[in-house]
Amino acid sequence: MSETKKFLYVNRKAPYGTIYALESLEVVLIGAAFEQDVSLAFLDDGVFQLTRGQDTAGIGIKNFSNTFRALGDYDVTKLFVERESLDERGLTEADLQAITYEDENDDWAEKPSIRVVSRAEMADIMASQDVVLSF
Amino acid sequence: MSTLHTVNKSPFGNGALQSCLKHCKPGDAVLLIEDGVYGAIAGSALAAEVRAGLSDVALYVLEGDVKARGIDAGKILGEVKSVGYGGFVDLVTSHDRTQAWL
Amino acid sequence: MKIGVVVSEGPYTHQAADTAYHFVKAALDNGHEVPRVFFYHDGVNVSTRLSVPPQDERHIQNNWTALAKDKGIDLVVCIAAAQRRGLLDENEAKRQGKDASNIAEGFRISGLGQLIEMGIQTDRLVMFGD
Repeated sequence: MSETKKFLYVNRKAPYGTIYALESLEVVLIGAAFEQDVSLAFLDDGVFQLTRGQDTAGIGIKNFSNTFRALGDYDVTKLFVERESLDERGLTEADLQAITYEDENDDWAEKPSIRVVSRAEMADIMASQDVVLSF
Repeated sequence: MSTLHTVNKSPFGNGALQSCLKHCKPGDAVLLIEDGVYGAIAGSALAAEVRAGLSDVALYVLEGDVKARGIDAGKILGEVKSVGYGGFVDLVTSHDRTQAWL
Repeated sequence: MKIGVVVSEGPYTHQAADTAYHFVKAALDNGHEVPRVFFYHDGVNVSTRLSVPPQDERHIQNNWTALAKDKGIDLVVCIAAAQRRGLLDENEAKRQGKDASNIAEGFRISGLGQLIEMGIQTDRLVMFGD
């Protein structure tokens, strides 16, 4: 497949209450095999997907939050999180999991995958895509 | 380069329209479909906020959804254009991408 | 233009499958191509051939089956989402040791790769959900 497109996965929903977050992650993992230019956007309630300390033992639903930390192995290294969405929910970047990837172009240096961006920057990111998938 | 945004939820129970408007770029269009059409009602508590978000952004409603919900054409914000499904298709093809605010 | 479509909510509860159906018909009427419609999340429920709505209501699944037959649209149901929700084709039913299958004519079960492929191969992608 020669053509590379810019794919953005937009996550605006919280985990567990509905299945969208999990099934979005499943698309991202499968999509990684297609070697497109992939970014993930987390805004509105979607920022709750990335919080630390999720423990689902009490609700009997699989905890998939660890899977975000494996995305680097799939070359999914751009996780854009909207600052205003964090602020509105009383969260800061410190409330989010540390998600990193090893940069093959920089001697495999470990770098953060999460990039907190402003709402205006998020709008620019959205406006630069070829394909936007919403979950 | 511009985006067609679709919103299918009433702004009175869900923040999708508000969030969408905050992420629009000049030249974009927003099409309200399904329960989203309630966002185009003039004189509502949210009308001013919707209007304020529309600088350089065109707002459309899907005609069938407006009629189905018994919304009188006279109660729709003046700047809103009404389209059918064919018009929806034209909006999709005349913008570079479509983003659904689900 | 080639337009790809995603339906991500189930029939009757949400309007998504209806709006998508009218959109696809209009796109074809306007001379565009809709090579594939991908059903995801609860959207996979559109593909059940066991749906029996009251006679005076639209039959969502039959409408899609007819459209697929008439216009040669590839209706793809996500296998992972379908298996969770109890939608199986004959092969899957056999493989999983189930005593019945329930996918309607015109739909086929396949992987999420079909969604990505659709995004790559079409000019526009339009999602209908909730």
